[in-house]
Amino acid sequence: MARPKANDRLIRISLLVVALSAISILAIITIFIFEQGLPIMAKYGLKNFLLGQDWFPSEKSFGLLPMIVGSLLVTLGALLIGVPLGLASAIFLTEFSTRRVSRILKPVIELLSGIPSVVYGFLGLMFLVPFIRETFGGPGLSVLSASIILGIMILPTIISISIDSIRAVPDSYREGSMALGATKWQTVRMVVLPAARSGLVAGIILGMGRAIGETMAVIMVAGNAADLPGSLLAPVRTLTSNIALEMAYASGEHRQALFATGVILFVIIMILNFLANLTARKQSRK
Amino acid sequence: MKKHFRLKPRAEQKVIQILLYMMTSVAILVLIFILAVILKNGLPQLSLEFLTTNPAHMGREGGIFSTIVTTIYLTFIALLVATPLGVGTAIYLTEYTSERVVTRIIRFGAECLAGIPSIIFGLFGFILFVNKLKFGWSILSGGLTLAFMVLPTIIRTSEEAIKSVPAAYRLASYSLGSTRWQTVTKVVLPSAAPGIATGVVLSIGRSIGETAAVIFTAGSALHLPSSIFSSGRTMSVHFYILAREGISMPKAYGTAAVLVIAILMINIITYYLMGKYISRTSPE
Amino acid sequence: MNSESKKYGDTFHQANRQSFFSKKFLKDNILTGHFYLVVYLILGAFCFFNFSACRPNSGREEIIVAGSTSIQPFTDEWAELFMEKDAKVVINVQGGGSSAGIMAVKEKTADIGLSSRELKQDEKDLMEITVAYDGLAIIVHPSNSVNNLSIEQVRSIFAGEITNWKILNSTDKTITVVVREEGSGTRGAFQEMVMGQRRISKKAIVEDSNGVVREIVSRDENSIGFISLGLVNDRVKAIALEGVRPSEEAIVKGEYGLRRPFLFLVLEEPRGLLKEFIDFVLSDEIQSRLPQEGLIPVKKIPADTGFERREE
Repeated sequence: MARPKANDRLIRISLLVVALSAISILAIITIFIFEQGLPIMAKYGLKNFLLGQDWFPSEKSFGLLPMIVGSLLVTLGALLIGVPLGLASAIFLTEFSTRRVSRILKPVIELLSGIPSVVYGFLGLMFLVPFIRETFGGPGLSVLSASIILGIMILPTIISISIDSIRAVPDSYREGSMALGATKWQTVRMVVLPAARSGLVAGIILGMGRAIGETMAVIMVAGNAADLPGSLLAPVRTLTSNIALEMAYASGEHRQALFATGVILFVIIMILNFLANLTARKQSRK
Repeated sequence: MKKHFRLKPRAEQKVIQILLYMMTSVAILVLIFILAVILKNGLPQLSLEFLTTNPAHMGREGGIFSTIVTTIYLTFIALLVATPLGVGTAIYLTEYTSERVVTRIIRFGAECLAGIPSIIFGLFGFILFVNKLKFGWSILSGGLTLAFMVLPTIIRTSEEAIKSVPAAYRLASYSLGSTRWQTVTKVVLPSAAPGIATGVVLSIGRSIGETAAVIFTAGSALHLPSSIFSSGRTMSVHFYILAREGISMPKAYGTAAVLVIAILMINIITYYLMGKYISRTSPE
Repeated sequence: MNSESKKYGDTFHQANRQSFFSKKFLKDNILTGHFYLVVYLILGAFCFFNFSACRPNSGREEIIVAGSTSIQPFTDEWAELFMEKDAKVVINVQGGGSSAGIMAVKEKTADIGLSSRELKQDEKDLMEITVAYDGLAIIVHPSNSVNNLSIEQVRSIFAGEITNWKILNSTDKTITVVVREEGSGTRGAFQEMVMGQRRISKKAIVEDSNGVVREIVSRDENSIGFISLGLVNDRVKAIALEGVRPSEEAIVKGEYGLRRPFLFLVLEEPRGLLKEFIDFVLSDEIQSRLPQEGLIPVKKIPADTGFERREE
């Protein structure tokens, strides 16, 4: 109280230090992961890591292509399941249902978004995997099960973000379109969805990030074979599960190779983040 | 416009409406099914004894007391570290600077951090806290790793909460001769409190549900942790191990039910707080 | 823009509200101002207390054990028995894997490392104590009609050359091969004892613990995997190799060749509590219980017989 000015400066500086924590943590994480992962990538060549198909760490063969493909495939599968269902639910709940229904269902869906991913994985293991094994054959632990589980897992995220961005479209847009004689669906398709587009895309990218970064649920249902999957029913290993599966026993170069896996995952995620930022910025400019 | 294959607008609308209805039902039924299965199989396992006894024989028998304690411990440490950092960052961003470059760097950091998968946090925590700083697999290592993980959530929610405090509050405070810090602590923070609390509660939920980052940093010892330097197994990790290794399905369901109920309760609190906060900041 | 003007429009209203709440605000602000300070002081004291109480080798009554997930369940049981005798002692047992265990001992984050594989050259500076031997069982679903396989057949199945049970005179179903992950002691032992120079098929399902392999095999009728003999239960069937069923007796006699040591690793000659615990594990009390758990007591196997490990 005595010297408010001096105090204020002190406070400002300490707050700045605190505020730099997030970026410093990001920097430390980046440095640590790269420090552990880059030397081995340099030693065996980036090309061998990115394009090699053989993952036999005990034979010094560190091909990550099956895992990169695995991650992308499973994420794509998750989006193919999660996006249509999520968008449809969001459109239905905002535009086609009664207010009461959406008022009850939206919170329910949001409540579900917090369910731990291991629970999704567990139920996948108990119900989905045996079902796929018995109906389609194969081991059941497969690209398909992993995609479905991840697709369901990202549903709440996609639904609630989509609902928010559809609701953010001003009613005057809708009224204008309806006044021109458009049906409700035509209004939604030609006016509301385009107006909400960047929000919807941001939601999808967020869901995509969650799917590609998920570890435990995927390990439980994907089968984890380090091989390019030959079909949707073949087991698959993602980048994340490669790390989590082998970290415990790995030593020496094997462990460094897992950090290299982390580096590649990190780069993929950063690219996604960049895209998400780009769309978000586009939206705020509007 | 290819009009040949188009249905009439009215008919098209009907078809779409039915399609949307069906897809929505599928989505919601699947989500409800998940909840129902866990609660149906898990609730019968729950008893005071289940909650208050320690697991025995790798979790085949006994309850989950030690895992509940570990979870609370870990979450507590995570928030203790993340909340001041997060709220401080938010205060700085909203009240103390309008400088573009610094703000942009800080926001960029928070946004990128938010997108990093938990397994990377796990790897990082393992190298830094467990190995380099020699905390070992411990509550402390796990808690710090989680703190880093939830930091972006707290920054973002706090920032939004602080931003939505009406400018008039601040003007009133300044006109009474208060300093910036006084305004922040006496006017801005109290009115943003429910919003900040929302972020904190959300982070609690995330910490409780996290597995990948925790298993590499806090370890998986089943004993009741004796200090922040002892290793412990959280509920999620315990559930993961029980379910995956088929040690005991009833215990796995029981643990899952406790987890899910805890998370639902946390989300309901969030909802309540958000409602309160919205009603306070947007008077109608 | 819209909301901004709205905010100013409501200034009066808001200001009224604020003064209305001002007493409450004052109280809140005391909390926000000092809450953290208090909490931090408490936490600080707490950490300090913990520090002095629980850092390694400061006369504490705690043993940290970490490593192989194959040995972990057994060590857990032994630890429980040991703790029943001496209630003051806490033994923390956790998994993490053989390599993590080895590293933890070297870095003093653990007192005992568990390894289900032998040490590599650069890890030899640790002291090894063999506490038991473990058989490796090839398991299938109980409904599988196959009871016996030759080593060559097992090798071909895991190498991905035999892919259908029909070839082995069973049902016409594709074989689901389940293996452990690269680096695991169980996989290492299997690789050396069964596969030799042959690679395990890339198409095999990979899981990261014996328990999971057992769980998957118990659910999938067409699967085959390998786990510790000690972990075989009635939900899976251990098959005979070259006509010999895996059992303690067959392993002791050397008829069933798939076995490996379970190692306790310590940094130096154990003393005090650590020695007490290791002696307890090696005592007749524990060693005589091992056969019930599917393990083989150390004394039953002369140190120099049995499977010779190839140098990597």
